[in-house]
Amino acid sequence: MKRRHFLGASLLTAVLATTTSIALAENPVLKIGFVGVTSGPAAAWGISNQRSMETRAEWINETGGYTIGDTTYDIEIVSFDDQKDPKRAIAGMEKMAQEGIHYVVGPNVDDGAAAVRPVAEAKGIMYFPYAFPKELYTAPASNAVLGMVANYQSGPAIYKHLKEKEGVNTVAFIAANESDPLSQRDGGLAAAEALGLEVVSDNVTYQVDTTDFTPVLTPVIRTQPDLLVLSGVSPANAPQLIRSARELGFQGLISTETAQDATVLREGAGELANGFISVGGASTPEIASDAMKEFVERYTKMFGEYNDESNTKVYALEYILETLKANPSAIDNVKEFQSTMDTFEASNPYMKGDAKLRYVGTSSFGQKRQVAVPLVVNVYQDGEFKTLFVAEVD
Amino acid sequence: MEQILANGIYLGAQYAMIALGLTLIFALMNVLNFAHGQMYVLGGFVTYTFYGQLGWPFVVALLASCVTLAVLGALIEKFLFAPVIRRSSREESTMLLAAGLAFFFDAIILLVFGEKQRGVPKIVNGVLNWDFRIIMPYDRILICFLAILSIVGFIVFMQYSKTGRALRALAQDRTAAQLMGVNVERYSMIGFAIGAMLAGLVGGLLVTITGVNLGMGGPTSIKAFMMVMIGGAGVISGAIAGGIILGFMEAIGLAVLSQYGDITYLLIFVSLMIFLAIRPQGLMGKPWG
Repeated sequence: MKRRHFLGASLLTAVLATTTSIALAENPVLKIGFVGVTSGPAAAWGISNQRSMETRAEWINETGGYTIGDTTYDIEIVSFDDQKDPKRAIAGMEKMAQEGIHYVVGPNVDDGAAAVRPVAEAKGIMYFPYAFPKELYTAPASNAVLGMVANYQSGPAIYKHLKEKEGVNTVAFIAANESDPLSQRDGGLAAAEALGLEVVSDNVTYQVDTTDFTPVLTPVIRTQPDLLVLSGVSPANAPQLIRSARELGFQGLISTETAQDATVLREGAGELANGFISVGGASTPEIASDAMKEFVERYTKMFGEYNDESNTKVYALEYILETLKANPSAIDNVKEFQSTMDTFEASNPYMKGDAKLRYVGTSSFGQKRQVAVPLVVNVYQDGEFKTLFVAEVD
Repeated sequence: MEQILANGIYLGAQYAMIALGLTLIFALMNVLNFAHGQMYVLGGFVTYTFYGQLGWPFVVALLASCVTLAVLGALIEKFLFAPVIRRSSREESTMLLAAGLAFFFDAIILLVFGEKQRGVPKIVNGVLNWDFRIIMPYDRILICFLAILSIVGFIVFMQYSKTGRALRALAQDRTAAQLMGVNVERYSMIGFAIGAMLAGLVGGLLVTITGVNLGMGGPTSIKAFMMVMIGGAGVISGAIAGGIILGFMEAIGLAVLSQYGDITYLLIFVSLMIFLAIRPQGLMGKPWG
C-alpha cells in the first residue's frame, strides 16, 4: 500500500513538474548575447555587463516576458568570456552567430570590438561595444553601437568645467600601457590642448598588472599639475593610483573619464579618494527613477553586491529590446534595426522626468551609432558619488 | 637616487617573499606551481575578510591567512599532487594539475569574493618625507620590514630546525633523504604547506598596500617565475636574489625610463632572455637540475 502511495505521489510530481515546465516554457525565447571580459584583471568591466543583463532578463521573465509585436518572449542571456583577447572575442561572436543571435552586448575593449567587426557585419549581428575608436561607428562601419559616453565626449566637458570652476591650468596624464587607456589618453590630451590647458606630463604609462604605483607616479607628481587625469583607468587600479598620488603629497584634482565604483574607492583609498571626479550613470538620487532603484535592488539581491558601473551598463539591453519593440521585423534583420535607429525614441525608464531613449552620435560619427545615456559627472565624497554636473551627448 | 634605492628595497623584499614559496615547492617536489599567484590572492582575501570586513586585529587576520593557506596547501599536496606524482612520472601531469588548480581558484574567488578590487584600512597612517629625497608611507616601511623579517625567519627555520633540515635534505636528494630515515611523504606535505603559507603571508601583508582582486593571480605567478628563473629554480637564496634584482630593476627602470613610456618591463624581459641564453640555470641554480 505504501509503495502504491509512493508511486502515485511520484507520478503526480512528475505530471506537475512537466506541466509547470510546459507553462514556464510557454513563451518563446529571445536570445541576446554578451561577449566580453569576465575573467582576469579587467573582469569587473564585463561582469557588471553580464550581471546587469541577467538581472534585467530575470526581471522581465518574472513579470511575464517582453512583448515584441504579437509575441511575448522570455529573455535568455548567452554569455561568452573573451578574456580580453581579440581572438577569443571573434570566437565568441562566431558562437553567437551559430546560435542564431542577432544582438550582442560587448566587447568591453577597443581591440576586441575592432576584431569582431567583420564577423558581426558578415553574420548580421548588431553589437554594443564599450570601446571608443571612432572607426567602429563611422561609415562604412554599420553594426556597432557605442554603449556609453566616449572619453572624447566626456573629457572636454570635464576639463572645461574644471578650468572654469576650479581654475585648472595645468594637467598631467597617466595611462596603462594598453590600447584603450592609451587611446583615451591621446583623446584627453587633444581635448586639453584644444581648451588651452598646459600639459605638463603625458608620457608616463604603467603595466596593466601593476599593484604598486608609487614608483610610477613619482615623476608625474614632480611636475605638480593642477589636474591629474587617470586615462582609461580600471576600477581595480583607480584607488591605488589615487592613494599613491595623495601619499606622494599631490594636492591637486584627480579625474578619469571611465566609470568607477564607490565601494572599491572607499575600501582602496578611503578619505584619500574624496574629490575624485569620474563619469557615472543614471543612479544618483537626483535623477534615478523608481525603476533604476528596483534594478539596483534586484541586482543586489541576485549577486550580493551592486556595482556602480552597472548604472551605465543596464542600458544596452533596454535599447535592444525597445528598438525591437518599435520594429518587430528587426528581430532577425539588422538592416531593419538600423533603419529604425534613425527615428527611434522611447521613454527612459531609468531616469526621472521625461528623459528619452534614442540613438545619438551624429556629430561624432556622422551617423546615429551611440546610445543616449546621460553624461553624469560625479565627484566621490565619503563613500558615495555626488553629481557634479549632468550633460548630454550630441 | 635615494628614492630609487628605497623603492628597490621595498619592491625587492615583497618580490623575494612571493618567490620563496614557489621555489620551495619546486625544490621539494619538482612541481611548477602555476597556482602560486592564486594562493597569494587567496591569502589577501582571507586577510581582507578578517581584518577589513570583520574588524579583527591585523595580526590575527594575517595569522588566519597563513593557517588557511597552510592547511589548503597540505590538502592539495596530499590529495592532488602526491597521488599524481605517484601514478605518473611525466612532469607535465603536475604542471597541468597546477594550471587546473589556478583556474579552479580563480572561479572560487569570483564566486566567494566577487569581481571587484578589495582593500583594507591602512595599518599605519602617515608618510615619511625626507626633504623630498625619499617619500615613503609608513605602512610600506612597516610591510617592508615585516617582509624582511619573514625572510630572515624562514632562512633561520630552514637552517636550524629539524623540519628545515629535513626539507633541505629532501630538496638535495629525495632518495638519499629517504634512505636516511626522512619521512618523504610527510615532509613533502609540510613543504608544500609552508610554500602555500608563504604565499598566504605575503598576500595578507600586501593587501594593506595594493589591495587584492581576482585578476592578480596570473601576473603574480609570472613575476614569481621570473624571479625564480633569475635566481635559479629550486634554490632558496636564488629566489631571494631574483626578487631583489627584479625589484631594483623595476625601481630603476620606472624612475629613469619613465619619459620613454612603459619600456621598463620590455627591457627586463629582453635582459632576462639574454641572461638565460648565457646562463640557463639562473644565478645560483645547477645546470643539471
